[in-house]
Amino acid sequence: MTPSPDRSHRVVDVHESVLGHNDEQARRNRALFGEKHIQTINVLSSPGSGKTTFLQRTLADLRGTLRGAVVVGDLATDNDARRLSESGAPVVQITTGTICHLEAQMVYQAMQELDLDNLDLLIIENVGNLVCPAAYDLGEDFRVALLSVTEGEDKPLKYPTMFKTAEVIVVNKMDIAEVVGFDRESALENIHAIAPGAAVFEVSARTGTGMEAWYGYLTHRMEERGKR
Amino acid sequence: MHEVSLMESALEIAFRQAKEQEATRIHRLGMRVGSLSSVVPDALQFAFDALTPGTLAEGGCLEIETITAECVCEQCGVAFEPDSFIYACPSCGLPSANIQRGREIEVAFVEVS
Repeated sequence: MTPSPDRSHRVVDVHESVLGHNDEQARRNRALFGEKHIQTINVLSSPGSGKTTFLQRTLADLRGTLRGAVVVGDLATDNDARRLSESGAPVVQITTGTICHLEAQMVYQAMQELDLDNLDLLIIENVGNLVCPAAYDLGEDFRVALLSVTEGEDKPLKYPTMFKTAEVIVVNKMDIAEVVGFDRESALENIHAIAPGAAVFEVSARTGTGMEAWYGYLTHRMEERGKR
Repeated sequence: MHEVSLMESALEIAFRQAKEQEATRIHRLGMRVGSLSSVVPDALQFAFDALTPGTLAEGGCLEIETITAECVCEQCGVAFEPDSFIYACPSCGLPSANIQRGREIEVAFVEVS
């Protein structure tokens, strides 16, 4: 503690996490998801990597197998919510205004609009941003980070904090990989260097290529979760 | 960047402390920021300057201590400061996912009167 020259001045030790409030709410969210047996994933990527298309297809293809819903965060507009609704799954839009990430409290509020007793999978589509959302726990089971072949092979090296927190990394738009000169080997090498334990899926959400492996992983995780 | 919302939360903590202390001014706000937290100290300073006028902390100063990262190698148990974002162990080269230190974003102290 730094001594203060003026005796009326006092230095008070605080040592309190600035994100403590968020972390507490995330714990409450996680407990609620546990109680309702809902698997929750937090999906992160930069804008334009195909997050919405990826989720749209996931929900449509798994309809009938599981009951899914989406909470989607955007700075403005409900365009993504409208696109996701086409899959038939319930969608709640969170418009964050100027905030560049979702917080646990926003997710909690959005959850109130969903029928949690009839839900197996909750997908949280975070704001398109690879920096800020990394710091905010939302109460999810795991994080999925998406990158597309047009973004450059070194994306994981540029945004290590985000990729390090992801248990799943999806490389999207593989259908145009060749046209854009995507160096697949170097991309995979970078991914494994940053996130050695992550499961990696190379897909085209547009054509559907590679999506089956992702569905297999997702349903496996749900089964594992059910056993706990 | 989310430094403005982080600073809002940090100031909430500081104001609450000041109230508990029955203080009327905050002269210094001390923060500890980990090198892996993605927080830019300059942006925190900017947020502090923008948010404090008209509050207890007006005219006060912000002190930021940067906490260097520390990882522990899962294979050989060595604690080390990663020199790149690969977090490779200096003795065996295995990347470590066991981060002991470096993600902190916290209010360390407040100086009030």
